[in-house]
Amino acid sequence: METAAEQHHEAPAGFVRRYIFSTDHKVIAKQYMILSLTMALIGGFTAYLIRWQLAWPETDIPGWGPIGPDNYNAIITMHGTVMVFFVAMPFLLGAFGNYLIPLMIGARDMAFPRLNMMSFWTVFTASVVLTISMFVPGGPAAAGWTGYAPLSDNPIYTGVTWGQNLWILALALEFGSFLMGGINFLTTALNMRAPGMTLWRLPLVVWMELTAAVVFLLSVGPLIAGALMLLADRTLGTGFFRPDRGGDPLLWEHLFWFFGHPEVYVVALPGFGIMLEVMPVFARKPIFGYRTMVWSTIAAGLLSFIVWAHHMFVSGMDPRLATPFSVTTILISVPFALLVFSMIATVWGGSITLTTPMLFALGGLATFIIGGVTGIFLGSATTDIFLHGTYFVVAHFHYTLFPVTFFGGFAGLYYWYPKMFGRMMNETLGKIHFWFTFVFFNAIFIPLFAVGTHGSPRRIYELSSYTYLQPFQYLHVIATYATIGLFIGQLPFIVNFIGSMVRGKRAADNPWDANTLEWATTSPPPHENFEHIPVVYRDPYEYSVPGENEDWIPQTRPEPQIVYAAAD
Amino acid sequence: MIFWIVGFWFVLAEGVLIYSIVRYRKGSTGAGTRAMFLRGDTPRQLAWIFIPVAIILFLDLAIDRAGASAWERIKGEIPPSDVTIKVTAKQFNWNFTYPGPDGKFGTADDITAENDLHVPAGKVVKFELQSEDVIHSFFVPELRLKQDVVPGRKISGWFQSDIPGTYEIACSELCGFGHYSMHGTVIVQNAKDYSAWLHDTWPTKFAANSASVKAN
Amino acid sequence: MSVGIETASHKAYTEGETTGIPMGKIGIWWFLASEVMVFGGLIGAYVLFRIANGGWADQAEHVNWRLGAINTLVLVTSSLTMILALSAGRSGRHQRAANFLLATVLLGLTFLGIKGVEYSREIAEGFTPASGMFWSFYFLMTGLHGIHVIGGIVFNATLYIAAVRGTLWSEHHEDRLEFAGLYWHFVDVVWIFLFPLLYLA
Repeated sequence: METAAEQHHEAPAGFVRRYIFSTDHKVIAKQYMILSLTMALIGGFTAYLIRWQLAWPETDIPGWGPIGPDNYNAIITMHGTVMVFFVAMPFLLGAFGNYLIPLMIGARDMAFPRLNMMSFWTVFTASVVLTISMFVPGGPAAAGWTGYAPLSDNPIYTGVTWGQNLWILALALEFGSFLMGGINFLTTALNMRAPGMTLWRLPLVVWMELTAAVVFLLSVGPLIAGALMLLADRTLGTGFFRPDRGGDPLLWEHLFWFFGHPEVYVVALPGFGIMLEVMPVFARKPIFGYRTMVWSTIAAGLLSFIVWAHHMFVSGMDPRLATPFSVTTILISVPFALLVFSMIATVWGGSITLTTPMLFALGGLATFIIGGVTGIFLGSATTDIFLHGTYFVVAHFHYTLFPVTFFGGFAGLYYWYPKMFGRMMNETLGKIHFWFTFVFFNAIFIPLFAVGTHGSPRRIYELSSYTYLQPFQYLHVIATYATIGLFIGQLPFIVNFIGSMVRGKRAADNPWDANTLEWATTSPPPHENFEHIPVVYRDPYEYSVPGENEDWIPQTRPEPQIVYAAAD
Repeated sequence: MIFWIVGFWFVLAEGVLIYSIVRYRKGSTGAGTRAMFLRGDTPRQLAWIFIPVAIILFLDLAIDRAGASAWERIKGEIPPSDVTIKVTAKQFNWNFTYPGPDGKFGTADDITAENDLHVPAGKVVKFELQSEDVIHSFFVPELRLKQDVVPGRKISGWFQSDIPGTYEIACSELCGFGHYSMHGTVIVQNAKDYSAWLHDTWPTKFAANSASVKAN
Repeated sequence: MSVGIETASHKAYTEGETTGIPMGKIGIWWFLASEVMVFGGLIGAYVLFRIANGGWADQAEHVNWRLGAINTLVLVTSSLTMILALSAGRSGRHQRAANFLLATVLLGLTFLGIKGVEYSREIAEGFTPASGMFWSFYFLMTGLHGIHVIGGIVFNATLYIAAVRGTLWSEHHEDRLEFAGLYWHFVDVVWIFLFPLLYLA
């Protein structure tokens, strides 16, 4: 395999080589971004269908028509699958990981540029397969994004034939794509760092992307095994998960969640990383406790492998497993609490400018705190008896995933847009986008916590037959109105994203006065990123160093590190 | 209890965050004021985050300890039961098999009823869950009862309801297109009503075996 | 006063060699780590299942342990020829290296051939993946392993052709032999786990 180290060539010519089959990590990152934003439209549309159906079950949904109960199950399955695997992963890892890692470590590209290109086209193919699965006879997969067997295993239980098989195939391709990407990230970050870029000088977002890559690499294997088993059950007559053939449905649950839990941290950590890049810049303050954050990240990654059965407390697994998994779940809240407190401490005492990226980063932090504390209720096996499988869980995971993916992701998008596209985005539209998103997101999911606490099960097509839930139907109506508000709030962003590309003010190399290496080159960077590979002399968060004229010092400034009187 | 602990930390964390954002706006403390240069690399500084985290850890472990004994009582040993009922979940119904006055399953006086589960108030009821097809979940929200039903396994549990009433059963694990309509009712009856129901359901048996009725 | 931290990379910065380990090697190791988890998941599920379900001795006795043993020998030998190919390549004996590569490829094909014989016999006797839990695991695990063997054979064959043409022996391309070796050893190690668990247990 030729590596980037050997390729000092001209930028490719021709539209196809430059923009479609490109090996330039910056182009690939933008391809991932466009893919994930497009899939987000599909994921968002399914959310709209779900919420309308829940609020007004007897009506037809405008722009769609009526939904039957089998359609509903397919829609919720697509919503989860698309959002986790085809929005969150490509956006946070594919787009930001690819764009930032080479630039932030001072490299010209990824270690394996052609593998990188293949990884994008693989996830693109996976998206196409999943989209096709929505139109095949029998409809798309309808067993939930968690695909529990035997519901997912035996076509007679859902009436879905091709759709579920294509779902498995799409996921397999997606896993393959991110395995390729993960190998690239890790090899690049280990071997292609510029002189002076020690591991302890890596920006936190790079640490987060790397930890996510390792966690993904090591956790996806058992689910690949499980997916093969599920496909074999469906096509070869095996019975891994079918009791009528000697199998066990709980095996699927274990294999799924062994991956599924680390997967949510694979998504969460890069989102946090982005917030942790944005906050020091707009508070003009170093990250509080950089090394602690690195160790917390690694600890979170490690612990993520031993908590999975907290998704299975009432599953019928041996009840004696509940207490150990409750304890490990408690332990994993420690690194995340450290991360959250460190973010707060980073902001405290700063000189804060509330730009759009900063608003999104802070909003993500504020909403994630809610997600985190509600996890305590679920992590304790006893309270989970009541809350498992209810809307409380739905609200909890939206309050963790949405902050990191959406708020974190958009913080990154607004922050790095000038670097990526060479133009500034419009601040006013950005702020409108933020406030609509923040207000309406909370307005959707707080009511759902309430609904869940009253015992409403999830994945229910129609709640009107549950007499004990009727007094709370108004909460669903509120949530649906808020959903519409949330969607309207995305319009300023779409206008801003596209409009700024043609009409935005041209961006300087370093419009935010930030320290990390990507700001030491032009906006956008040339094909090979840097005219000369930078030399790194200091860590990334030297903001407001006492005794300096400027309140920022780029990593490339060659003076020795200043000794400051630690006056605390 | 969890609510108060969690609520406290939530308010505290958000409060400090909001305070910081407001108080430390650029320019709010006079033009040209710099941010504090706090790297958080000394133990004294790090204490500000480690001590709250240690307290949280301690409180969380306390939550778990309190929960563990409750968990053991609910999901661990099943106490001696007065009534046992077999619950069969299938797409999209709950079927309840009563052993009848002889107290044994598999005998002629067993009755299987759809959707309605009659139990006496104030007595320990043991249930044995089975599924005919996919995974379901036996959820009685008003009794805070939940247990997944897995095909290929017999899963047992128990509950005791002291207050008579009718309580809805919902299925809380996606089981197919009829998942939303998989309802049932737990009818908890006081001694008199329960006895009346027994008589109505097994009229001949009860007339003949009045001794065993008294024993029940 | 502390000076900027010096790393190995400060002194002699070669683009792409910060750790001193070639990139392809790091890449292969991470790839193999993920593969270990795939086979680990399958093997783990198999072991737990088999223990929990009474041992499956009645099904398992129908695998041909002799053919399995021969195949183990074949694969281990092929790993040996791979090592010899690598060492010959390193000491500049390119023709010898090419020969050993060819031997590896042929032994790999032999492995597949014997496996094919086993499969056809088993299916003729009526044992398919649907014949029971043991057989489901047997076919899935050996099948997945077999696909990996095919991949390795293809990779090795490509290198053999490059060796014969002489294009393999440039500085960076030579590393490919080592990567192929790592992958091939991995495939061998997986079999060393599968053989006793499926054939001897």
